[in-house]
Amino acid sequence: MPAMLRNLAQRLGMMAHSFDGGIHPAQHKISAALASEPCPLSPIHILPMKMHIGAPCTSLVAVGDYVLRGQKIAKSEGYVSVPVHAPTSGRVVRIEEYAIPHPSGMGIPSIFIESDGDDAADDSIEPISDWRGMDPALLRERARMCGLAGLGGAVFPTFIKLVQDSRFPIETVVLNGIECEPWLTNDHRLMVEYADEILTGLAIIMHMVKTDSAIIAIEDNKPDAAKAIQLALDARDDLDDVRVVVLPTRYPQGSEKQLIYSLTGREVPAGKLPMHVGVLCQNVGTTRALYQAVVLGQPLTERMVSVSGDAMPRPANLRVRIGTPMRYVFARQGLEDFDGVRILHGGPMMGELLRHPDVPVVKSTNGMLAMREASFMSAHTQEQACIRCGHCSEACPAGLVPNLLADQCRSDQFDKAESYNLFDCIECGACSYVCPSNIPLVHYFRYGKGQIAQQRREKGFAEASRVRSEARDMRIEQEKQARAARRSSVRKTHPPKVEAESAPASEPAESSKMEQESKD
Amino acid sequence: MTGLFYALLSLGGFALLAGVVLAIAQQVFHVEGDPMVDKVDNLLPQTQCGQCGYPGCKPYATAVAALEAEVNHCVPGGERTMLAIADLMGVEPKAVEQEAAAPMLAFVREDECIGCTLCIKACPVDAIIGAPKQYHTILADHCTGCELCVEPCPVDCIDMLVKPELIEHWSWPLPKTRRSQLGHERREHHAGHA
Amino acid sequence: MLVMLSSPHAHGGDSIRTMMLTVILALMPAAAVSVYLFGWLAVLLIVVCMLACLATEAICLKLMGKSLTTLLDNSAALTGLLLALTLPALTPWWMAVVGSVFAIVLGKQVYGGLGYNIFNPALSARVILLISFPLQMTTWLAPMSLAVPPVNLYDLSTCLTLFFAGPDALQLGLDAISMASPLGHVKTEWTLGVPVAEALSGYQYSYLDAFLGKEAGSIGETSVLALLLGGIFLMARHSITWHIPFSYLATVALLAALFSSISPDQFAPPMFHLFAGGLMLCAFFMATDPVSSPVTPIGQIVFGVGCGILTWSIRSFGGYPEGAMFSVLLMNCAVPLIDHYFRPRVYGHESGRE
Repeated sequence: MPAMLRNLAQRLGMMAHSFDGGIHPAQHKISAALASEPCPLSPIHILPMKMHIGAPCTSLVAVGDYVLRGQKIAKSEGYVSVPVHAPTSGRVVRIEEYAIPHPSGMGIPSIFIESDGDDAADDSIEPISDWRGMDPALLRERARMCGLAGLGGAVFPTFIKLVQDSRFPIETVVLNGIECEPWLTNDHRLMVEYADEILTGLAIIMHMVKTDSAIIAIEDNKPDAAKAIQLALDARDDLDDVRVVVLPTRYPQGSEKQLIYSLTGREVPAGKLPMHVGVLCQNVGTTRALYQAVVLGQPLTERMVSVSGDAMPRPANLRVRIGTPMRYVFARQGLEDFDGVRILHGGPMMGELLRHPDVPVVKSTNGMLAMREASFMSAHTQEQACIRCGHCSEACPAGLVPNLLADQCRSDQFDKAESYNLFDCIECGACSYVCPSNIPLVHYFRYGKGQIAQQRREKGFAEASRVRSEARDMRIEQEKQARAARRSSVRKTHPPKVEAESAPASEPAESSKMEQESKD
Repeated sequence: MTGLFYALLSLGGFALLAGVVLAIAQQVFHVEGDPMVDKVDNLLPQTQCGQCGYPGCKPYATAVAALEAEVNHCVPGGERTMLAIADLMGVEPKAVEQEAAAPMLAFVREDECIGCTLCIKACPVDAIIGAPKQYHTILADHCTGCELCVEPCPVDCIDMLVKPELIEHWSWPLPKTRRSQLGHERREHHAGHA
Repeated sequence: MLVMLSSPHAHGGDSIRTMMLTVILALMPAAAVSVYLFGWLAVLLIVVCMLACLATEAICLKLMGKSLTTLLDNSAALTGLLLALTLPALTPWWMAVVGSVFAIVLGKQVYGGLGYNIFNPALSARVILLISFPLQMTTWLAPMSLAVPPVNLYDLSTCLTLFFAGPDALQLGLDAISMASPLGHVKTEWTLGVPVAEALSGYQYSYLDAFLGKEAGSIGETSVLALLLGGIFLMARHSITWHIPFSYLATVALLAALFSSISPDQFAPPMFHLFAGGLMLCAFFMATDPVSSPVTPIGQIVFGVGCGILTWSIRSFGGYPEGAMFSVLLMNCAVPLIDHYFRPRVYGHESGRE
């Protein structure tokens, strides 16, 4: 239906709200019916010092230390950060830089743990059975210290969102079970198999933000998940004001802002957070992890991962310890020869292409896809000139004009790109997916965003250097004046003595340096 | 006769109107002082390295704004800064003589430092801390890589290291498609010839 | 080193080639009607234009050192077909070739090839031809089905002679085989002071004939039915959206309805405008050319309304009887401006622009 008519119908209340744009990519959810299984312990685990959005952690352990499962091995530095925990018991064998799942192929400092096979757990974190009687602030601290970060893929520290702000009371909690990426089925399996744990997690969230109302959103390609959640919901005597909403399948429905609009008709203003429109959105995986952190006292050391793709001999949904090398997981599912195989971290629409499987499973690993070279490259054929068909504009859920933006980024017109709202792009990939000219639009946007960020950094550094330089000039000027003043006073009292001036003159400079140091 | 009168009246009226609009515009868009020095200074990387032949970024900006200096003397700024200044000043771009090197960082080998404070005095952005007879340390976050501290050191204990690349600061390069590369080459070509 | 590839790593499978092919398919009904009306002449025109466009494109690509695979994107073939459909049946072969060369060289390649042209290539060539050869471009052969002309257009040899040697070779006076188009007739009569209704009855104008295409005009523009079928096919295949055709046609109809109710003697009724001349062809196939039309839905509506106002104005007040081509070309110039000012509202922002 034409977008305008739909908008009109939505405004008049004749139709449910639904976000603009979007596409219907082939689903390929071949692992949807496969019950999850635990992935056996790998002999080695590699824990990068940063698996979340925010500041990196610093190690708390040394080579040779013995650690238990769930033991904190790296502490967070800064507010937007969560600690890292050992995924199993064993010995720290190395602490060095190692590649992480990142498009650059670069590495960050990581802790290597050789598992001893005992999988002995650190039970220092107490389970909380009576969380209803607990102060939300304490539960929030629990979420932080258990290392919870958004498991949908964005890995934003969870505790930051779980906040009560009297200015922005949360009216509705949205539980995101959309999973709109093709191939991925990890959230699907979680909902089918752990419905009750997810609902308890939801109840904890609702207690923390003091609301009775919640919506559980599931796309209509997962009827069994919706049914499982509904059954679990009916069996409970709490959660009366919680609805399961089944939405028609459309990508990128799982994007937080788009989902909130589809469910509530509210738009999160640019630069604001969902809480500013009274909504808190959580992924089902994160919600279950919160349940485990609070009720079981378990830090985040394991997650559900969809292992799939058209080059995957045995697709599966695995519960994998964080830090497990991907090569190990692939090998367990029968993939050992990576010739002619491309590996994706995450789904095909937003996931990253990895250069090799020698990276660990991290908190953001919702899927590991092995794609055949040919089928993979069919999505990356030669870029042709834009014929301005406007399909990208139609598909864009953010209301951008991707083809104009891409031209601006390509020709380094970054100011213009910013004025065309480049930073409102959510990089969902819908535009590239529909482009008949195979223009890598998202790639251009990433290039543009990166360049603008770099320019801002340089600008900020230049500004800071200027301030420091001016402060220094001013200080030298003041010293000169002070010296001149002293000299004239010295001359008045002891006219002949002048040669002793230079040595003491440097002292004020040093003392101000020391002040500087203490400030830094 | 009336035709002539109307012509004069309409032309005169139009001239008057235009005059009034201009007068108002002058009041509304009045600019204080000469902001050019600040504008040029804003474009400079503020390393204060003196490679341009002026004692710092601000003096160079002043010279450029006064048309006393060419726009292509800023080495760390590279071509991008040169183009930005040329664009701002409305002058022809000139090729940058020296390639901008990778961002560098000064580093004091502390066990060799004798604590003479000479580097501290040389640093244009106060990025070196230390006291007489004590090891000096360079604050990596504030060092602009200007190399002004290397020369005064009597024991040669300051190294210039390549600034480490952070994964957080990594950014996507242009796509390697033929179309994007062609466009890029064309731009480089134009910039080089301009 | 591995080439860095950004997500998405999936693609819907659309390509320029299939998009252009869809448009060519959508033009098939109109092409079929043109063959029915003008026999072998239509076939010859279409074939010559398409071949000339492809050959010109190939030469241009060769000269610019580009890969010839671009020929396979069907865009040159489409330009040839579109150009042929806008030509009168009596267009001599060399004029068709000149037009095709214009379309590809001046309409497209001088801007840098497909995607960079400002104007619709076929339309710009058509206008260049109209201005260069005004007589030939406004001489309309009477179609086979209407008044039986003294020539048999279903006879290949007759048509070959007509096409390559001209009417003179058959010792035919132009007057004997040509007739005025409805738009041209109404315009001429109005300048003589004859009111619209009288002029139409003098022409024996019938809405049904106009809808089916039995009237004088360029070979592919006469049949409203065939063009509508093609347009609906395009919309069903998601090749074009409703915005441009609808706003274009609605604007012409509204203006015509308004003014013909005020002054029925001077202004033709809306149905006449909709069915006449190249409006349908322009609305569904020329104005919707992706390269030279706005990208955003709102922009497309503005574009369509602009085309409509211009078309109706040129037809009603201009020197030329038909204004559809000019209006689309004029609005093509405004596309960058429209794209800038009529962007969609960005999620989370009050308006599209800051």
